[in-house]
Amino acid sequence: MTAETGIGASVKRKEDARFITGTGRYTDDVSAPGQSYAVFARSPHARAKLGGIDTSAAAASDGVVAVFTGADLQADGIGDLPCGWMVKSKDGSDMVQPPHPPLAIERVNYVGEPYAVVVAETLEAAKNGAEAVQADFEELPAVVDLKNAAAADSIHDAAPNNQCYDWELGDGAATDAAFERAHHVTRLHIVNNRLIPNAIEPRAALGEYDAAAGSYTLHTTSQNPHLERLVLAAFVNVAPEAKLRVISPDVGGGFGSKIFVYAEETAVIWAAGKLRRPVKWRAERSESFLADAHGRDHVTDAELALAEDGEFLGLRVRTKANMGAYLSTFASSVPTYLYGTLLAGQYKTPAIHVQVQALFTNTAPVDAYRGAGRPEATYVVERLVETAAREIGMDPSDLRRRNFIQPDDFPYETPVALTYDTGDYEASLDKALAHADYAGFAARKAASEASGNKRGIGFSCYIEACGLAPSQVAISLGAGVGLFEVGEVRVDVTGSVTVTTGSHSHGQSHETTFAQIISEKLGVQFENVTVLHGDTGRSDYALGTYGSRSLAVGGSAIVKATEKIVAKGKKIAAHILEAKEDQVDFADGVFQVVDSNQSLTFGEVAFAAYVPANYPLEELEPGLSEKAFYDPPNFTYPAGAHICEVEVDPQTGVVRIEKFVAVDDFGHIVNPMIVEGQVHGGLAQGIGQALLEHGVYDETGQLLSGSYMDYTMPRADDLPSFLVDTTTTPCTHNPLGVKGCGEAGAIGSTAAVMNAVTNALGVTELPMPATPETVWRALREA
Amino acid sequence: MEISLNVNGTAHSLEVPANTLLSDILRERLRLTGTHVGCDTSQCGACVVHVNGDAVKSCTVLAGQANGASVTTIEGIGTPDDLHPMQTAFRDNHALQCGFCTPGMIMSAIELVEKNDGLTEQAVRDGLEGNLCRCTGYHNIVKAVLAAARQM
Amino acid sequence: MYAFSYHKPATAQEAADLMASADEGAYLAGGMTLVPTLKQRLAAPSDVIDLTGIHGLRGIRTLDGKVKVGATTRHAEVAANEHIPVLADLAGRIGDPHVRNCGTLGGSVANSDPAADYPAAVVALDATVHTNKRAIAGDEFFKGLFETALEDGEIVTAVDFRAPSAAAYAKFPNPASRYAVVGVLVARYGDQVRVGVTGAGPCAFRAANIEAALAADFRPGAVDDVGIDYGDFNADLHASAEYRGHLVRVLAKRAVAQIGSADSG
Repeated sequence: MTAETGIGASVKRKEDARFITGTGRYTDDVSAPGQSYAVFARSPHARAKLGGIDTSAAAASDGVVAVFTGADLQADGIGDLPCGWMVKSKDGSDMVQPPHPPLAIERVNYVGEPYAVVVAETLEAAKNGAEAVQADFEELPAVVDLKNAAAADSIHDAAPNNQCYDWELGDGAATDAAFERAHHVTRLHIVNNRLIPNAIEPRAALGEYDAAAGSYTLHTTSQNPHLERLVLAAFVNVAPEAKLRVISPDVGGGFGSKIFVYAEETAVIWAAGKLRRPVKWRAERSESFLADAHGRDHVTDAELALAEDGEFLGLRVRTKANMGAYLSTFASSVPTYLYGTLLAGQYKTPAIHVQVQALFTNTAPVDAYRGAGRPEATYVVERLVETAAREIGMDPSDLRRRNFIQPDDFPYETPVALTYDTGDYEASLDKALAHADYAGFAARKAASEASGNKRGIGFSCYIEACGLAPSQVAISLGAGVGLFEVGEVRVDVTGSVTVTTGSHSHGQSHETTFAQIISEKLGVQFENVTVLHGDTGRSDYALGTYGSRSLAVGGSAIVKATEKIVAKGKKIAAHILEAKEDQVDFADGVFQVVDSNQSLTFGEVAFAAYVPANYPLEELEPGLSEKAFYDPPNFTYPAGAHICEVEVDPQTGVVRIEKFVAVDDFGHIVNPMIVEGQVHGGLAQGIGQALLEHGVYDETGQLLSGSYMDYTMPRADDLPSFLVDTTTTPCTHNPLGVKGCGEAGAIGSTAAVMNAVTNALGVTELPMPATPETVWRALREA
Repeated sequence: MEISLNVNGTAHSLEVPANTLLSDILRERLRLTGTHVGCDTSQCGACVVHVNGDAVKSCTVLAGQANGASVTTIEGIGTPDDLHPMQTAFRDNHALQCGFCTPGMIMSAIELVEKNDGLTEQAVRDGLEGNLCRCTGYHNIVKAVLAAARQM
Repeated sequence: MYAFSYHKPATAQEAADLMASADEGAYLAGGMTLVPTLKQRLAAPSDVIDLTGIHGLRGIRTLDGKVKVGATTRHAEVAANEHIPVLADLAGRIGDPHVRNCGTLGGSVANSDPAADYPAAVVALDATVHTNKRAIAGDEFFKGLFETALEDGEIVTAVDFRAPSAAAYAKFPNPASRYAVVGVLVARYGDQVRVGVTGAGPCAFRAANIEAALAADFRPGAVDDVGIDYGDFNADLHASAEYRGHLVRVLAKRAVAQIGSADSG
């Protein structure tokens, strides 16, 4: 009955019915009677002392309801925006967390930082008001260049040399020893370019205050409404947690940038309470560019030590990571626990040492963006490995094989604090090589050269740690919250099922995938399952969606809840069928007494639970609704092999992707169609980083790539169709055997593209993005 | 200013400020919130509707320019029980994830197919130049448009 | 957007009168530049005067080897017109489909955006820009960055293009905006060669030295030794002046090659 809609089926999505007909409900589609509109006054300067703010003209502007500054919020007890992960420097000291008021007080530290909010009857009136806010700025020299930030003026008094922390992981002495006995050392200087996430839906918020109940409701574009509520309640002091409901309705993409608690929704919900009327804000794209948390932005020197036969002996990595002007919600964890821990990659490198110096600059805060640390780690490892292969004259696939962790090595403890549970890296590589027709590459290259073009091929064998995260491990490493997930399975009287989850779908398709789990586990018709998410008023506290965790952690919680449903159902069925509980089996939606023809359908048992005529009420509560919290015992480790083939026009420097193959091991797959879609999207973002996207500030801290006129988003004609496939080693420690697929494309692809481009050009290093001019110059200088 | 326009077959007369965009008329006045706004430089294409039969970015059309126009939005091309072939193709080919770009993408794709015969993959990719999607990598969108082209 | 009054006059005279009486008027043709500018509050006109209601400004006619394109003719209409294939090809590569459905020839040339496509055609196809007051030679029309020979309030009504015996437009689009980083239109009129360049400099211009080289020897290789002075070329995130100079040469060669292959084919 459920094979067509159960685990493993490419079921069409439930979500689509509303999205293809224009009836989705995104935050900006929600309006409240009497709503007012908020517009923020934003700093035009990258760094300045903020003297007096004169709001009188703004307040007097037509239609303006109120003007608030940081001092107003502070006077009302509104606290700073916190960072939720405490990273300690190698000397044991705590990271520096500078004060981060939602609206700037005394100083502004990046272009676009909000320092006042104007609330008005209409959006245009609010814009007029925001233009009329007068602030005295005393400009200071901006710190923009990450490489030299440590030598520049301190942006924050609390952070001498602009250092947030200086962290290390791994055995430095063992790594040094490995380099001393190396036959060959490959060195690269790597700049991991700043990216701007650009979910197509801009961030938005609608704050409402119910004076009768003394409660607040915030609709906002969040990937994790419970976290938003916790932070706004417990740290920012907007309202007691129980008096604040956060709803993330349909959300138009996140990619990490909507994990974080931002100034804007903080000001909006607070102002709604102050003004006793709804307040709405929607970012314009230019605000998104300035004030969404950016991604990546590392400068790294990396060295790989090899033995004569190509065996990896040691890896040494020194990274400067840009934090931007303030610490965003999870910023500190990205270049440390999501980066340094991944530097073993798929290899048995015995000694690894990484140091990461996190620095403040007068730029927008930098935090997790699809992959978050893992793309940066993969880029370092896979560029090094490919370069090493070229330097020692070994085929890049052979050098990888020589060093892969082998299937019988698992569980495998890396020198950088992770224990991989399972994998078969060679299987993915073999499949990718076949799809890529690696054997035919030489002929294709010759054909390109005959027509005056250059051709290159590049590999990337990535690993990621997903399914964030074992709470106790994460908390011991500085996380401020547990990282479990919750699932509730509510069986209705008629046997239909409503699932609530703390994870959130903003494109990931939870409504479909989680319904498939229910269909599989309870034998309920897919059509009769409804999945609800994105509302703190509906589900218990949980952690939302990021780090490719929804299925591995959120899905596992739902499975646990279904197990409780089945266990209770068996008790009910045993009672009605006058059998022993352990004699009742459950399969395909039927409770059956073993070796008999006595059975009850799932619907009959549900009905009995709610209409308990024949029911053991003295032993068993009525009803059929169960909830489970799931805390994963380990991370999951998706891994795969990506191969990219490019053709380069040497006249213009234009790079064209001729073929892109991705073979990924995500463990078991619930919906192959959806998983493929996740891979495609990730690949586009990873390729975008390699060839197109670049967040650029000038030396005064003005954002040059501040609109779609200058920030190159991948478009349909920039990309090829992708060839994606999978291999499977099931995750060993969650009930579905799943690993997560949301970030893989973005993690693996960037290095594959750059390995291909450098192969085509015959150069060792090439900055990203490899724009036509960059490529043209490299060719000219080669 | 007073304008009249026909939206999805229904005539409307509205009093709006001259500095109102068609996208705002649709979203705020007529509550047709399927038309989305994703940028402020007329690049992303989430707001694409058909005006007098042409796909245009409704965020770049002033109220006065829309006066007298016949407008079709995502809400006007099909119903849940009787979807437009492009809507069906998007669903069947998993050509959408978060759904935000989808209305504009579908409206652009319909025009592309209606105005061009014998579309190739490259022609579809070129024809979708005015629409940004951050979720799908366009792979399945291209598939969907080619599939719909065979149906339309 | 700041508040403004919107007008849609029926004649050019009425439009000019409205402009003359406005505190700060702005003509609106397709709106592809003006509306985004208004949205971002980078302009604050008191009056927006929509020219698309003026009778006789829209459409394409041929006359004596010339093609007259009305100022409010949309890019998509030009792209679909067969009279001058290179003009159709150029128009079909402006912006994106939605821009081509709204944007107009008159709006594009009057704006003199350094990265717009049409200006390359105006200078290369020996055009005449007609206004409500006079006719201006295409070579004299573009004066600088967003500057033209138009006087205050003057309205472009049509542009005549002279049909070449062969021509091709080679464009290197800005990867983000899809405007031209550089666009080169090479047109042959018998033995004469005209080369229009957009995107590279402050405004569109004719590349006299490339023209001379090609008039002597109409092969791609003839452009190899032409000196390209990129001293006053544009530089931005996407291309330095030097790279733009390089692209002028590459694109000119490609346009010549395209013409050559068409000739031989």
